[in-house]
Amino acid sequence: MALFIEQLLNGLQLGVMLFLMAAGLTLIFGVMGLINLAHGSLYMVGAFACAAAVSATGSFWLGLLASLIGAALLGVLIEIVVIRRLYRGDHLDQVLATFALILILSEATRWVFGSFPLYLNIPPILSGSVPIIPGGGAYPVYRLAIIVVGVLVALGLYLLISRTRLGMRIRAGESDREMIAALGIDIRTLYTIVFALGAALAGLAGALVGPLQSVQVGMGEPVLILAFVVIVIGGIGSVKGALIGAILVGLIDTLGRFLLPKLMIAIVDPSAAAGISAALASMLIYIFMAIVLAVKPRGLFPA
Amino acid sequence: MKRLATTIAALAATLSAACAEPAKIGFITTLSGPGAGLGADLRDGFMLGLKKANAEDVEVVVEDDAQKPEVSVQIANKMIQNDKVDLITGIIWSNLTLAVVPNVTRQNMIYISPNPGPSQLAGANCNKNYFNVSYQNDNFYEAAGDYANKDFKKMFLMVLNNPAGKDAAAGFKRYYKGELAGEILVSVSQTDYAAEIAQIRASQADGLFFFLPGGLGIAFNKQFAQSGLTMPLMGPAFSFSQDVLPASGDSVLGVKNTASWSPDLDNPVNKAFVADFQAEYGRLPSIYAAQSFDTANLILSARKKASIKDTDAFRTALEVADFASVRGDFSFNTNHHPIQDIYVREVVKVDGVLTNKILEKVFDNHKDFYADQCKM
Repeated sequence: MALFIEQLLNGLQLGVMLFLMAAGLTLIFGVMGLINLAHGSLYMVGAFACAAAVSATGSFWLGLLASLIGAALLGVLIEIVVIRRLYRGDHLDQVLATFALILILSEATRWVFGSFPLYLNIPPILSGSVPIIPGGGAYPVYRLAIIVVGVLVALGLYLLISRTRLGMRIRAGESDREMIAALGIDIRTLYTIVFALGAALAGLAGALVGPLQSVQVGMGEPVLILAFVVIVIGGIGSVKGALIGAILVGLIDTLGRFLLPKLMIAIVDPSAAAGISAALASMLIYIFMAIVLAVKPRGLFPA
Repeated sequence: MKRLATTIAALAATLSAACAEPAKIGFITTLSGPGAGLGADLRDGFMLGLKKANAEDVEVVVEDDAQKPEVSVQIANKMIQNDKVDLITGIIWSNLTLAVVPNVTRQNMIYISPNPGPSQLAGANCNKNYFNVSYQNDNFYEAAGDYANKDFKKMFLMVLNNPAGKDAAAGFKRYYKGELAGEILVSVSQTDYAAEIAQIRASQADGLFFFLPGGLGIAFNKQFAQSGLTMPLMGPAFSFSQDVLPASGDSVLGVKNTASWSPDLDNPVNKAFVADFQAEYGRLPSIYAAQSFDTANLILSARKKASIKDTDAFRTALEVADFASVRGDFSFNTNHHPIQDIYVREVVKVDGVLTNKILEKVFDNHKDFYADQCKM
């Protein structure tokens, strides 16, 4: 039972991390109609900015700040230099251009930081683990902190979108782009702000994951694929859908990896069980996505 | 008179062939994406080997395979048809090697593997044009399984879900006598191991053996350290190689891992190699760099005996393996895979840098399991 609760927490943690990625991706698509493949690169840039700032200053908090600012600034730069030219184009142009950005940003990062992974560790205050499950094992404090940050960001985004003037404009932009431009709102600035916001969230996700994983070139692409699965499941353009979708994907992926071997071992011998369950577990979220799309072709919460 | 002239001409041709005409070597490796660190080490080790031997007449064509099998096959074909290379080497991964080797050897070109040794190519699908200078995949795991019998009764096994991972599990289980507390195969694209760590915790295992190379190993080492689990770790050199250690942090100190080489291996060739590599590139060499350095020296040794353009003669010259390996004793088995010693190493900190040192020798002149199945 304790193990099950621990796995639920693991699933939740993966879910909120995916939400940080998916929220930006879905906002950018919803408001700007842009498919941004380079979102994973912004995640990578966030992690590298954090690692570089930590090794220069020794403070993880400054690292987090550096990741937010670094990714947001890069987002602004990308939006102004590249993305602006793509709004009128079709999705294929956007995919090609943002794919090129992945290659450019990856090689630029390698050029600056080298081919070898950087070291980034958890701040001392968040290291170690606490017993949160009665009678069970301990759970890492840092993973709990990621869950808290994810929940706070979700709450913040909700307030931003539903309660502020900027949020009102974002919602207006989602429903009718031409109309809010006609009403005299500077749509170009709005686009830049939304893109920078999405970039900052991706950078934050990268910085948070950096101490858990390896900070290296190409770290963003596997997450990007998962984030796309999340927004397709949640409904493209919907932040609420991204939240629900991310948590579902996190839970299904984690629990699948945990429960499938147990199921399989009852049916076949242990070696074969490991192989079959590994194969099935890696397919599980895609199977789930297929089922969702079959039942609700526009995702769970169509925008 | 005319006959004498032809004889002299023929003699001259033979002589010039023996003393090395310019050679062109195709080096396919991973220089972009998460595996780029390993590719850089392989390339640098190879280039250092050529440089130290002053082999200025050897041209190396380096191409990036992006860790994709289909790309590696395209590059191999391009190298053979357009670049007209004499020999191909450089690939890091088992699945890419399995894709490229049949294609290259079929065109009567020699391929020398500087890193992976998938079981298929050591056994039933061995080929006279395929050489492996590094290891057969199972080797390090066999040594680890054997060594684990000392300290462990109930080990947990976690490996990658790919050809290399399957060889790893097979090799470990061939020698490990204790009980397996559990066995997990993980996806190569997975970088979060929270679900697996929870299962390892619940399994009550007394030790964990895992195979996750490069960035995957770094991610796992960090997450394991944070999990509060204290069971001893073991792995092949790839999980604790010089490319993994600096980013993993001090938590991996004392971890045991198995390899055919270590920076502190005590022989003059290796001492010179480690010092030269550090002087040239400003970092410690990994096992990948060491194997690649040996690959360069193997090729150079064969060039002294035969022309690289004459595949049959060059193959025979390679089989002799008449070069000074950084690993000490080295020879080829009948299936063109190494017969070599395998050691257990321990992660230590020397002058503030995490590295490995040899603990003890596990196997002496170890041969791979599949050699008997190879009919060349």
